Amino acid sequence: MQVTVDTALAHGLTAEEYARIEQALGRPPTIEELGVFSVMWSEHCSYKSSRLHLRLLPSSGPRVLQGPGENAGALDVGDGLAVVFKIESHNHPSFVEPFQGAATGVGGILRDIFTMGARPIASLNSLRFGSVDHPRTDYLVRGVVGGIGHYGNCIGVPTVGGEVYFDAGYDDNILVNAFTLGVVRADEIVRAAATGVGNPVMYVGSRTGRDGIHGASLLASAEFGAESESKRPTVQVGDPFTEKLLLEACLELMSPAFRHHLVAIQDMGAAGLTSSSTEMAGRGGAGIDLDLSRVPLRERGMTPYELLLSESQERMLLVVRQGSEETVRELFAKWDLDAAVIGTVSDTGRLRARWDGTLVVDVPIEPLTSGAPCYDRPASEPAEEDGQRIDLGRLPEPVDYNEALATLLESPNLASREWVYRQYDTYVGGGTIVRPGSDAAVVRIPGTQKAVAMTLDCNSRHCLLDPYVGTVSAVAEAARNLAVSGAEPIGVTNCLNFGNPEKPEVMWQFQQTIAALRDACVAFGTPVVSGNVSFYNDTEGRSIPPTPVIGMVGLLDDASLHVTQWFKGEGDAIVLLGRNREELGGSEYLAVLHGQARGALPWIDLDLERRLIRAVLTAAREGLLRSAHDVDEGGLAVALAECCITAETGAALGARVELESVGLRPDALLFGESHGRIVLSLRRRHLTRLREIVRREEIPLAVIGEVRGQRLEINDIVDLDVTSLRARWRGALERALAGRR
Amino acid sequence: MRWGVITFPGSNDDAQTVYVLERLLGESVVRLWHKQTALGPLDCVVLPGGFSYGDYLRCGAMARFSPIMRAVEEFAASGGLVLGICNGFQILCEAGLLPGALIRNRGLSFLCTRVHVRVEEAETAFTDRCQRGDVLDLPVKHGEGCYVADEATLRALEAGRQVVLRYADADGRVTPESNPNGSLGAIAGIRNARGNVFGMMPHPEHACEWLVGGEDGRKIFLSIMARGGSAVDAAGAPSSSKVLSGP
Repeated sequence: MQVTVDTALAHGLTAEEYARIEQALGRPPTIEELGVFSVMWSEHCSYKSSRLHLRLLPSSGPRVLQGPGENAGALDVGDGLAVVFKIESHNHPSFVEPFQGAATGVGGILRDIFTMGARPIASLNSLRFGSVDHPRTDYLVRGVVGGIGHYGNCIGVPTVGGEVYFDAGYDDNILVNAFTLGVVRADEIVRAAATGVGNPVMYVGSRTGRDGIHGASLLASAEFGAESESKRPTVQVGDPFTEKLLLEACLELMSPAFRHHLVAIQDMGAAGLTSSSTEMAGRGGAGIDLDLSRVPLRERGMTPYELLLSESQERMLLVVRQGSEETVRELFAKWDLDAAVIGTVSDTGRLRARWDGTLVVDVPIEPLTSGAPCYDRPASEPAEEDGQRIDLGRLPEPVDYNEALATLLESPNLASREWVYRQYDTYVGGGTIVRPGSDAAVVRIPGTQKAVAMTLDCNSRHCLLDPYVGTVSAVAEAARNLAVSGAEPIGVTNCLNFGNPEKPEVMWQFQQTIAALRDACVAFGTPVVSGNVSFYNDTEGRSIPPTPVIGMVGLLDDASLHVTQWFKGEGDAIVLLGRNREELGGSEYLAVLHGQARGALPWIDLDLERRLIRAVLTAAREGLLRSAHDVDEGGLAVALAECCITAETGAALGARVELESVGLRPDALLFGESHGRIVLSLRRRHLTRLREIVRREEIPLAVIGEVRGQRLEINDIVDLDVTSLRARWRGALERALAGRR
Repeated sequence: MRWGVITFPGSNDDAQTVYVLERLLGESVVRLWHKQTALGPLDCVVLPGGFSYGDYLRCGAMARFSPIMRAVEEFAASGGLVLGICNGFQILCEAGLLPGALIRNRGLSFLCTRVHVRVEEAETAFTDRCQRGDVLDLPVKHGEGCYVADEATLRALEAGRQVVLRYADADGRVTPESNPNGSLGAIAGIRNARGNVFGMMPHPEHACEWLVGGEDGRKIFLSIMARGGSAVDAAGAPSSSKVLSGP
């Protein structure tokens, strides 16, 4: 087949990019070579619109063992151990085919982690759906949640937390971001650099089929339109059972008994065989020769083009030492998996692929990897009307604050997520200390007294109103969520979900977000060690709200000192750290009760947040805290209600609370989302010590009440029975979704 | 005691079971691979939870043909203790070592939650350390945990005192709400007629430490240890203090 510029355009490349390919080769590419360039130069694989900006993020620090550039980042957690973690998007596939799209998203991130030699110990996910009233939402929620559960449960990695939001901004483009964390000995991290001329390249795992061809280029790196349904064949189909075998076999290969046989390993994720071979060769400064006719196939009649681009799941590419082929083959055979030598490492710096003796690909590695296009796209602030302006004077107060609070707790973004997470195995692995439902998940580091805490956070309404402040706030919220769980924040991964980067407004949002991430992560001393950018989240020209999901990881030196958000016992004092302000902008309260997604965002002071976190961590480490809960969506009243009703087992507990109004509107006092606030409960005898700790950090402290009885009473405006409040909160999400069926 | 824990392809709770037995209870454990054809000298063999063979075709339907299952059958026939947890229970039913079957949950989706189970029989090799009527707080996590059998089998199970655990509420009352998956007779665990093969859907191995899941699950393992691996009842008449607290 004769390749022309039109062929290139149909592959999602531009005419300029095609000219660069001809220049790099000194001739027109073959169709196979064009396929290779089109996936490697796709936004998804090359980060061509974001690379320039991602360099600004802080990625170093005393704990960093591996920063961005490998399959995942790694941090030292002491005891000779490291945690390896990353978050990745699988947005478009999940919208086209929710069950398989979400399932393979989980499978992909799991492979990124165990490729580094780490055993995955926890997964989280951040999900964003359209309005619960949208006719497709119920179908998408069920599919995505079912797919995540199917894959995670079957492979035996607990799904321990995350977030689920509903917003009309995602009606036509949902977000499915999957996070996994694993543990490995720090000196046994496996990397993916192909070295050693003549070393064999081995293919292990599932056979290759025709699924997922052009998933990375045409599905993940292009806008959606009415024809998106027709892209269903570009979605891969997952087989968690095979991945479980692959996980165990790979970890066995990386164990001390076998490790010396292995040189490098990488999963065949987006862009399959093409990206895994070129990226490994690129990192090792080598070349790779492939014999495509030796690739194990699932179906007959596949072409070399299809073989190179297939995104069939559960496959890995290995470079092993010469002479180790048989040992490796036997090890995989034990797990009933195929292993085949399909090539060798060369010193040519080129990717060469043969098919039936004919050379079909012969391209230099450099332009495919580090030399891929890199764009500084124009950015400009949206010129639309100022969403920050709001006239509080014209905003009526609720007539009945009891009903207002209950309505908020029943609203789709604040209602209990139990319906979702009860479909996930949260116990498997045996390390889950704090299950979903508190501010962060806490999982023990096997064989130690330590634990990791993990949280995913982003308030995309805030990020739409002001991407800089919204992103800084998301990082601060993540750090608070870890601190209230007793964990010190140590590092960040992020999934930056945006619209089409060729729109200057989207690029402006992206640049603001990067600046905010840089500033906030520097302030908290939390390097960004891995991440993912998902552009082109547009349908029919409409972009999603900017959604930079922050995945933050924290460390507890003593797992038994973890803290959960719910009240523990009658008579405990309730303390508020931080200051209440008249800040209703961007709040759930405005959105749910007034139908307004606008206003100036709450003020944020990173220095204060840092001191607040230090104070809470000191108190947690001294064992003073019976509960601790971050105040975020829904404000102080919702936070207090959550302290009363979110315990997994046992009765709901009431509270008698008296708040100083300091001249605030009552709705702002109860539902405003001012940052830098934490609700604690503790035994009265510990109050003196807590005051000392907090005074040192110059944080406002107020004893606002007591855990007592069966009612939540706030000043003289809220008085609710907590058991019935819990019942409304618990079943609300399922009712809302079922209401559309 | 000498325990064996089998790993089938797709077993997920094998490592946790070994951890509980070895590290928490100080027992001796042999890890068994499904392709083995002999068990060696053992007092109790555990078929752990997970998704053997991906649960493809039907839960447990493929694992039941693993080479090691012939040895498990012989071990059971000779009176050895066999414990099947979750997927292990499903495999034991498929292998015909226990009657009945486990089908899709009533709610049609995977369910991970804490449940209460009432101990119906304390004079067994698996619940010796419990009192009749005790309520255990344990996690369940399964998509196919709804126990079914034909009426004659159910009658025989009840008459033979083979129903060992039943889903109940925290006070030991068996109610429709306390049955998480629609199991007939709220059955959560059964033993065979001889009393040496036991299958249960809840996970005792995930409830052996306060930090992660509570300690009620220890009672199952400690019961087995108390008998030293013997299915034969210990000497002495049943205590009259063992009364049923439920209806």
